[in-house]
Order: sequence, then structure tokens, then C-alpha cells
Amino acid sequence: MLDWALFIVAIFICIALFLNLWRLMVGPKLSDRILALDTMYINTIALLMLYGIHMGTSLYFEAALLIAMLGFVSTAALCKYLLRGDIIE
Amino acid sequence: MSFLVETIISILLVFGGIFLLVGSIGLARLPDIYTRLHAPTKASTLGISGVLIASMIYHSVHTGTFSVNELLITLFLLITAPVAANMIAKTALHQDTKAIERTKGQELMETIKERRAPTLSEEQTDTTQENKQV
Repeated sequence: MLDWALFIVAIFICIALFLNLWRLMVGPKLSDRILALDTMYINTIALLMLYGIHMGTSLYFEAALLIAMLGFVSTAALCKYLLRGDIIE
Repeated sequence: MSFLVETIISILLVFGGIFLLVGSIGLARLPDIYTRLHAPTKASTLGISGVLIASMIYHSVHTGTFSVNELLITLFLLITAPVAANMIAKTALHQDTKAIERTKGQELMETIKERRAPTLSEEQTDTTQENKQV
């Protein structure tokens, strides 16, 4: 049963990633693209955790933590750059 | 691994996957940036929490020791998602992104954009109050 759940959820997340990619390419304004990128980080973390369950190892936890932290920092940096014209004032 | 634990993990995984999918569909389909902000910041955060808690239970049962590593990512995402959404909304306001027609209180957008709290001069305060009354 767990294998089937993993399979179904992986398909869901792949569809979600394609929708994010579509918004990343289409998105009329720059803020839409930043939002799409931020959502892609979250979906990537979910996909990595699924792979960790599938392989039965907790090795991918560190990768997911790194993606979460760098994702937030990059979103903040992009928004700060667009808002103020500078990242660290 | 017992049947009960496997059922709980599967239910949590499917719950999380459905919410992640709903968040991304909302991101793709909603009409403007201010409505689009809602879907990923709320639904996706709930979905990722479900997946991470399922992973936490799986690794706790699999290794036999209680592991709370995944709770770290869950807490971090729950804290940072609203902050990131707020910054993206500020960026959209700064770039003069138009909201859809039905949005209420559109006349306040200019005021919100230019508000520099808490040091307002008297003249600016007056215009702010006037705009609020409209």
C-alpha cells in the first residue's frame, strides 16, 4: 500500500511541478515568476522526501533542509532587490 | 512494519500530495498576483507538512529510534512562508501590478504603497485618513 501511495503522490507532485513551470514561463510580471519559483522549491522538497521514503534512507533530509533554507533566502533576496534596488544596504 | 503504521503513513502522504496539487493548480489558474499568492502560501504549506510528518513517522518506525529531524523543516517552512508571501506582495505593489476589477478597496493601493510608517508628516497623515474614508 505504501508503494502505491508513494507512486500516486509522486505523480501529483510532478503535475504540480509542471504547473509551476508553466507559471514560471508565462507569468505576466516578475513577482509571479518569483512566486512560482518559491512554490517549486516546496514541491522539490516533497519529491525529495518521497524519494527518501522509497529508498528507506534519511540521507536526503539534509538536502531538503538546504533547499528549504536557500529557497527562502533567495526569495527574500530577489524581492529585496526589486523593492530597494539593493540586497544589503 | 505493521499494517496500521503503513495506513497512517499512506493517508498522510496522499493528504499532503492532494494539498500540494491544489496549491499549484491555484497558482496556475487564479486571475491576478494578489489572489495567486493565497494558493501556494496556504495550501502548499499544509501539504508539505503532511508529507514531512509522514516521512518522520516512517523513519522513526524504520530505524527504531524517535527522529524529529523533519519537524525542523516543517517549522522552518511554516515560519518563512508568510514572510516570503508578504515580500512578494510588497514587490507586486511596488511594480504597480493591477488587481482584477472585483477587488475591493483598490483606491487604497496607492496609499499603502507610499506609506512610510511610523514617521508621517501631518500632510501625509491627512491624505491617508481621507483615502481611508473614501
